[in-house]
Parts: sequence; C-alpha cells; structure tokens
Amino acid sequence: MNKDPEAIINTPEFKALVAKQWSVSAVLSIIMLGVYFGFILVLAFDKGTLGGLITDGLSVGIPIGLFVIVLAWGLTGIYVYWANDKYDSAVNAIRQSLRRN
Amino acid sequence: MDQFTTTIGQPNITSILFFFLFITGTMFITYFAAKKSKTTADFYAAGGGISGFQNGLALAGDYMSAASFLGIAGLVSLKGYDGLIYSIGFLVGWPIIMFLIAEPLRNLGKYTFADVVAYRLSQKPVRIAASVGSLMTVCFYLIAQMVGSGALIHMVFGLKYEIAIVFVGAVMICYVLFGGMLATTWVQIIKAVLLLSGATVLVAFVLAKFNYNPVELFAAAQAKYGDKVLAPGGLVSNPWDAISLGLALMFGTAGLPHILMRFYTVPDAKAARKSVFVATGFIGFFYILTFIIGFGAMVLVGQDVISNMDKGGNMAALLLAEVTGGTVFLGFIAAVAFATILAVVAGLTLAGATTLSHDLYVNVFRGGKANEQEEVRVAKIATLCLGVLAVVLGLVFKGQNVAFMVGLAFAIAASANFPALLMSIMWRKFSTLGAVFSIVTGTTLAVVLIVISPTVWVSVLHNPTAIFPLKNPALISMTGAFIAGWIGSMIKRDERAETLYPEQKVRNYLGVSVE
Repeated sequence: MNKDPEAIINTPEFKALVAKQWSVSAVLSIIMLGVYFGFILVLAFDKGTLGGLITDGLSVGIPIGLFVIVLAWGLTGIYVYWANDKYDSAVNAIRQSLRRN
Repeated sequence: MDQFTTTIGQPNITSILFFFLFITGTMFITYFAAKKSKTTADFYAAGGGISGFQNGLALAGDYMSAASFLGIAGLVSLKGYDGLIYSIGFLVGWPIIMFLIAEPLRNLGKYTFADVVAYRLSQKPVRIAASVGSLMTVCFYLIAQMVGSGALIHMVFGLKYEIAIVFVGAVMICYVLFGGMLATTWVQIIKAVLLLSGATVLVAFVLAKFNYNPVELFAAAQAKYGDKVLAPGGLVSNPWDAISLGLALMFGTAGLPHILMRFYTVPDAKAARKSVFVATGFIGFFYILTFIIGFGAMVLVGQDVISNMDKGGNMAALLLAEVTGGTVFLGFIAAVAFATILAVVAGLTLAGATTLSHDLYVNVFRGGKANEQEEVRVAKIATLCLGVLAVVLGLVFKGQNVAFMVGLAFAIAASANFPALLMSIMWRKFSTLGAVFSIVTGTTLAVVLIVISPTVWVSVLHNPTAIFPLKNPALISMTGAFIAGWIGSMIKRDERAETLYPEQKVRNYLGVSVE
C-alpha cells in the first residue's frame, strides 16, 4: 500500500464501497432498532394487543417475540451473505488495483 | 401432581462427578494452552488462531451467564411472558455489533477496543479514559457474577458462600493465568456446548410430556395460572424507562470489553462476521429454550415450590431438571451452571487484565515501549491481582442487592465505551479532547444517575422517592456522551488525528493485515 491514503479514499471505487457498506449497515440497523423499539413501545402503551389470545395457549405476543429473535439472527445472516458475496469482492478489486499501480 | 421434595442443596454425586470431569478436562486444556501461550498475541488473542465458528460459540459462552440461564428461566416461571421481553433486549445488541462495530474493530485494533479509539489520537489521555470505562464495566459485571455465583453454589451444593467464592476465584485464575485467551476460549466453547445441549435435553424432557407441542405446554400454564402468564405484565410500563433500558442493552452489548476483545482471536474480518452470526443464532436459540424451560417449571414444578426455594425464582431450571430427569439429570444441569459461572468470570478477568497491562501499563506507563516478555509478565500479574480483587469484592458484597450492577455495567458500556468507539471510527474531526470528554461524561453520568435512580436510591438505599426518574440512565448518559464528544472535538481540534484519518479509513475498509 504505497499510495497516498487521501487519494485512495477519494477514488470513485473506494467511495462507492463506503457508500454501499454504509447504506447496508444503516438500513439493517434501522430495521433492527425500529422493530425492537416498536415492540417495546407497543408493550409500554398497549399491553392488551400482545396479551390477546390467538388460541388457548398462544397469545399474540409469543409469535411476535419469536419473530424478533429470529429477525435479529436473520439480519446478521443477510449481512454476512451480502458481505461475503459483494463486499469482499469489491474490497479485493480495490486492493488489486492498488497493487498494480 | 404430588408436592415433591427436592434434593437441591444436598451434595449430589452425579453433580460432583460431572463437575470434576469438567475441571479435569479444562485443566488439561489449560496445561496444553500454557505451552502454546508465550507471546502477547497468544495471551490476549489466542494467536488469532480461533475459527469464526469457534469464536461464535465462545462469544455465546461469554454472553450466556448463569444469571441469564437460571435468572431468565426463573423470571419466566414466575412472571410468564415478561421473561421473553427481557431476553429479547439482550439479543438485539448483537446485530448492532455486526453492522457497526465488528469489522472496524477487527481491522483497526490489536487486542482491546482502546486500540481503535486511540488509533489516531494522543495515546496517553485516550488510553487512560478508555481504561476507566473498560475497567468499570468489567468490575461491576464481575461483582454481580461473583456474588450471584457464591449464592448459587451455596444454594445448589450446600457449600459455604465464602468457600464457593474462593474456589471459583482460584480455578478461574488458573485458566487465565496459565492458559491465557486460548484456554479461556476453549473453556468458553466447552461450557457453551454443555449449556446448549443441557438446556436442549431439558426442553425435550418437558415437551415430551406435552406431545412435543409448546402450545399445549403454554395452554397448561394458562389453565393453571390464568391468561396473565401469556400476556406482558409489569416489566415494561413507563415508555421512557423502556427506551432507556433498551438503549443500554442494545448499545451496551457493543461496548462490553470482554465481548469486543474476542474479535481479535479470529484471523480476519470475514471470520469476525461469521462469529457474530453464529453467536447470535446460538444466543437466540438459548433464549427460546429458557422461555420453554420457564413455562415447564411453572407447570411441572409449580410457582409456590419455586418461590419458596428462592424468591427470585433462580432455582426453577434446576427444580425442573430434577422433576423431569431425576437427581442424575439435576446433577448434570447443576454442574453445567457451575461451569458457566467459571467461564464467564474467566472471560471478564482476562478482559480486565488486558486493559491493565496492554492499555495502562504498556501504552501509558511505558509509552508503548515494552518487550513481549515484560508485557506478558505484567498481564499475568494483572490477572492475579484482578482475580484476587474479584474474590475480595465477592466477599465484601455478600448478601447485598447487586442485581442493578449488570444494568449499570451495560449502561457504562453503552455510554463510555460505545460512543467513543463509534465516533473514532466514523468521524474525521473526533479529537483527543472529544474522546476524553465523551468517555468521562458517559461514565460519570451513568454512575451518578444510577445511584440517584429508583434502582439504587429506592431499592438499595431505601429512600422513599428517587431523584432521577428512570431506572436505567442510558438514555441520558449515552446521549450526553455523544454530545460531550462533539463539544470536546469542537473546543480543541486535533490536526494530527485529522491527517491520519484517511489512513485509518483505508485500513478500516480494506482490512490491511493487522500484524
């Protein structure tokens, strides 16, 4: 890495990489924050909703709680899938072009 | 069902047998790890040779404490649905670690998160401030774990509290002192596998009685204790309280030093990502298991029996193990709970010792100029001191209400550690003064506000009303830390740090090898 770092971060490839990474991270974080705080606020303001029974032995809150747990895991999975597929290859491409120059 | 008489509290042969098997096995590992732990990279980071999957299990092991196993199962058994709300709070911090922290941490740091915060800032002031945040998080977490473990071992094995504390301290010091991160990681992995499989078998035993249908189990609980067990109760009532606690749990996880330091045990950012995915999966699965275990205990053991034994419900999972699997299975689950305690305190002690030696001794006291041997020696002395301190604190706080300390540890982690870490990664103009301001403000606000909050002012100090209304201070202390970081950076700019930012950014994204 013998190039000037300031020049590297201003190349269109690097800028695109940062923008892409940032947008994926931001969107996934906002989904997680939104779902979790949405869940908490429903609990705080209207307990009845989640306490309502679907059938005997199953209240609305149970599948929703499970959904939040599975979503948290699923979002990390989406990130890993995206990063392994797209991000790493973009990083490698930039590294290669730096080595050539 | 007849009121059954439990054998909990009496020496249990299976339990002792399983426990000695665990101790012998982990001591063997420590012995082999000791031979391989020569350098600082070995001691702090297991030489970076842990795979993503292994690290995921170890992360899950670090996070699934005895308190979360026995405590959450107990909470569910007595309160029903509320226990699930609690678990969800602890899980949702993990995706945040993945999206915002994991890769920069791996690419920019060496052994501690302070490496990242101090990457382009003045070493001494930033390291001192970050060490304070780090050590306070570790110490409060450690006190809660030690006191909980002494009480738990006393209750389960009938061993005296003091003896239990000294024993836990001694074994844990052995792991960390001789085996460093390598032994600690393997202890963590073994414990995670034991805990997950033990809990899975317990759930299978329970569900076998309900045609393997959880809904039938919940319906039995509903028939016995009413609709309220399936509905949210009093845990979340004030929305501001709920938001503040939610922030502490969500961003506190991303500021726990013993969790963050695990990202240096894997070879690269790709493995770091994988480990968060694996950890989140296992922790989520574990929380679903504890939910079913809690309901199983509610139905098969009964709330009266559980709360007669321990008001907080901590014995629910163990009572359930005895009812469904007899004394042999009880012995196994009790031994797993003991192993869990050992592994978690070992992880915390290692994180604290690393801060003392790597951040404070080497980078502050010796100005970054210490050779490998000296640093490893200091790290070992720090381990011994912290281990002894943990035992002393465990003894001093005997019988005290320390439940708030976990909340406090998360609040400090979310306020002192996380904002400084995030700003140092993302913000070019973040300066040395900004970092110090942010960490000091976050720590001070978190500690002061929790003392005058209902959690301590009313529940521990028995005053009639609290000065500060929220039970957890994170809403104010974390926001305060971000604002203080911004103000500090505006007051005194750091030209050198701004010049170094492009280099940091390149390394952050392209992950030029750490060594």
